[in-house]
Amino acid sequence: MYDVAVIGAGVIGAAVARELTKYDIKVVVLERENDVSCGTTKANSAIVHAGYDAPYGSNKGKFNAWGNRIFGEVCEALNVPFDRTGSLVCAFSEEDLLTLEALKRNGELLEIPNLEIIDQAALRAIEPNISENAIAALYAPTAGITEPWELTIAYIENAMDNGAELKLNFEVKAIENKVNFYTISDGNEQIEAKYVVNAAGVYADQIYRMVCDTPEFTIAPRRGQYYLLDKSAKGHVKTVVFPCPSKAGKGTLVVPTVDGNLLIGPDSEDLDNSQKEATETTLERLDLVKQLANQLIQNIPFRENITTFAGLRAEPSTGDFIIGFSKVAGFYNLAGMKSPGLSSAPAIGVHVAEEIATVLSAQSRVGFEPNRRKRLKFEHLNDIQRQALIKENPAYGRVICRCEMITEGEIVDAIHRNCGGTTLNGIKRRVRPGAGRCQGGFCGPRVMEILARELDVEMESICQEGQASHILIGKTKSL
Amino acid sequence: MAQKELICIVCPLGCHLTVEIDESKEQGIKVFGNKCPRGETYANKELTAPTRMLPTTVKIKNGILNRLPVKTEAPIPKEMIFPCMAVINEVEVEAPVKIGDVVIENILGTGVNIVATRTMTAK
Amino acid sequence: MNYDIVVIGGGPAGLASAIEAHKKGVSSILVIERDRELGGILQQCIHNGFGLHIFREELTGPEYAERFIEALKAMGIEYKLDTMVLEIGEDKCIKAMNEIDGFMSIKAKAIILAMGCRERTRGAIAIPGTRPAGVFSAGTAQRYLNMEGYMVGKRVVILGSGDIGLIMARRMTLEGAKVLAVAELMPYSGGLTRNIVQCLNDFDIPLLLSHTVTEIKGKDRVSSVVVSKVDAHMKPIAGTEVEYECDTLLLSVGLIPENELSKQAGVEIDPRTSGPIVNESMETTVEGIFACGNVVHVHDLVDFVTAESNRAGANAAKYVIESRKKAFSVINTYSNEGITYIVPQYIRFENLEDKFNLFMRVKKVYHNAKMVVKADGVTIKEFKKNHMAPGEMENLVLEKSLLNESIKSLTVEVIKEVV
Repeated sequence: MYDVAVIGAGVIGAAVARELTKYDIKVVVLERENDVSCGTTKANSAIVHAGYDAPYGSNKGKFNAWGNRIFGEVCEALNVPFDRTGSLVCAFSEEDLLTLEALKRNGELLEIPNLEIIDQAALRAIEPNISENAIAALYAPTAGITEPWELTIAYIENAMDNGAELKLNFEVKAIENKVNFYTISDGNEQIEAKYVVNAAGVYADQIYRMVCDTPEFTIAPRRGQYYLLDKSAKGHVKTVVFPCPSKAGKGTLVVPTVDGNLLIGPDSEDLDNSQKEATETTLERLDLVKQLANQLIQNIPFRENITTFAGLRAEPSTGDFIIGFSKVAGFYNLAGMKSPGLSSAPAIGVHVAEEIATVLSAQSRVGFEPNRRKRLKFEHLNDIQRQALIKENPAYGRVICRCEMITEGEIVDAIHRNCGGTTLNGIKRRVRPGAGRCQGGFCGPRVMEILARELDVEMESICQEGQASHILIGKTKSL
Repeated sequence: MAQKELICIVCPLGCHLTVEIDESKEQGIKVFGNKCPRGETYANKELTAPTRMLPTTVKIKNGILNRLPVKTEAPIPKEMIFPCMAVINEVEVEAPVKIGDVVIENILGTGVNIVATRTMTAK
Repeated sequence: MNYDIVVIGGGPAGLASAIEAHKKGVSSILVIERDRELGGILQQCIHNGFGLHIFREELTGPEYAERFIEALKAMGIEYKLDTMVLEIGEDKCIKAMNEIDGFMSIKAKAIILAMGCRERTRGAIAIPGTRPAGVFSAGTAQRYLNMEGYMVGKRVVILGSGDIGLIMARRMTLEGAKVLAVAELMPYSGGLTRNIVQCLNDFDIPLLLSHTVTEIKGKDRVSSVVVSKVDAHMKPIAGTEVEYECDTLLLSVGLIPENELSKQAGVEIDPRTSGPIVNESMETTVEGIFACGNVVHVHDLVDFVTAESNRAGANAAKYVIESRKKAFSVINTYSNEGITYIVPQYIRFENLEDKFNLFMRVKKVYHNAKMVVKADGVTIKEFKKNHMAPGEMENLVLEKSLLNESIKSLTVEVIKEVV
């Protein structure tokens, strides 16, 4: 019997799981995919909003502001990259200027620090490539960029270091309310838990319906498509650059990534409730993203594109984050975690863990280890450190990914940690081979060899992502 | 009298040849569309006895790679490509192998050997 | 560590340049190769068709490579495998590393860049759809198939009719896969005619000109791809979509010279070739750093790579041995009507041999045309060409005697013959 079962290993579920392990609570995380961080968390803008946007008094407003405040210390403990680049909301008209004023007032109510409306000259000084039509901007210095999947992996890894369990490929098919506890089944395996935390992203409404015939909310998928440009585009913008927000959301933005790429997107496309797997990109929408981005920033080098992708945001029928114990006893909903979900995740984790610890009367865990073992990034070491490292472990002397300068030692480490990578994409999310300009053309076969060797399986059984996503179908001469 | 379309592959020009087949004549065929005499020779051979080089691989045990590249020492009749592949696919050699080593002698009676196209040391 | 010449890359370009430099009298040479063996991409190009110009016989890729590898070894030229160059610093100090030697600083008098190229990816052409397993660049699939012995799929669509795409259509077929079609964005194939005949027609594989892949479907593994016809502006035409059920999409959509290291070394890049700007000696804009092969511009024949690399090697040796005079009269080369680019981008009259080469690509398919070379606007030579295509590099041989010290520019253009 677990104390708490967290359904969903996106950034929200992961944050909750890790914060729960600060207490004497037995936690299991159930994830339907073959790895953590495979839903909305792997396909979003990767930004930490300052928090001026969501209305004062809303859950979004509260948790974004709180999340931003503690983001730095969380990333420090978990060894996750985070850079407070600042953000700019750009105005193109008199009407937009009013929007900036309103955003600033709202932000000040939420105690977002150092908000400032800057004029065209100041805007251009920060972002020389800004559209000539941008006349002013709201500058928020506390906004930043991070790596959502690494944060999620780090949260789960640290939770597991502190005793939590992770069950991958566990797609919740049925939940039974046994009054004092729940049984949760994926059709093969059944687990028992006193409390359930529903952090199932776009599926949160379906999970809730397994225990509640009269749910208060539904979740609709809202698709956003992106371009990711090569590092050669680094510096084209330095901050998170938004247009003015509209009903459809915060708009199509242009943003640097912590790895030095340039990310452009998303659009905003409301999909039917049944389209919760529709993460395909489309020609028309990618064209639209390009067009919108070009209105914001000049001379974006789209020829340096290395990949395009789409993500689904969980759009709640209520309009705000749904956070709290539901009307079904012992069942906690964390639903509708669209933007600013990532920014809010650390605060949501703390809040939920406190609430659950209270009802469980749980004490602090003795010996809780808040820090995740540091991940060595060969590229960031100096020559002397490199020399010493290779001497100590020659696997760090073998470069596997030449685009991102990733060594075999880093890949082996990423396989053998808690919540280690077992797939090509899993390794890419953890240490980035294949995330560069050749997109794994050269390193893919090498990474597969390392995975096969370290996991002691055949090359043919290595998958790209899900359990059925085999890359090789067999040996030649044996078809 | 039958007609056949061919593309000449003797040079990069890639002439589109029209070949008239008239078996009652001694010559057998008449070629149009060729810009040089080599086109006619090509068409003749392509229609009577087309041949192809077959470069492929065989399994290799204990080598630094899992496959050893091989080729037919000379072109083989085109229709023998798949029958030869079937034979080649059954062969497994063992490293070390030297470039030019005969892997299969006189494959399927074609008079052509299958030879290694690289040297491969043992693991 | 100190060497006269360090060659970065042990593929056909690196091998030929090292061997030629050795022949020209430099014995302190190091070749650095990032892969497990020498030979580069030739080791996976197991098909025949290499060496017709250089050896007057038709070799497979590994056979062609082995001749150079043997020559290199016979000369006792040093090489390091599985070794990555991290940086080319000032004073030609190279930082490299591997598992055995660890982290190395290598000082060179001259450097030859021979890193080759990489394949354009799905991302570069932004094919819409899902992101399942089963989408490979053709070269990656070729390596799996020919060297490592793995099948990448059973029902295959290929996008791109360059030679790698065509060759892979045959290879996949020979190994038992079904190749449904080869789609080509352009109205003509980028590959050699004989490859179209021997790799596609022989196996009844359709070549769909002016077509592209407009959607990839499938959650875990590719389940189908949608192929559409494109208009004259290469935009997909609505209503022409045909869906092919398949498990694999191979991409042969272009090669890009790999010049991250060159840029970092301060070498100036020509946006048209994506390779270093070079002179008649294959020297880049950084003195003493030479470049050759696909890192300079993408070749279709390895024989031309060898010829170009011989030049780089010889001139690197000359640079190390002699101290050359600095002042040169520079003649820039310019591509005019119908020409995409010219390599070298400039030549120095005093350094020319009696004959020199200009390599270039044309923008479209031409029949019965001529290439006109002008010096400062005056025609100095014409070449009649029956057939030219963007997929086939043109190599013009010119005589030094046609030029003089005062000439500033050399242009090449295509003029259609009026019949």
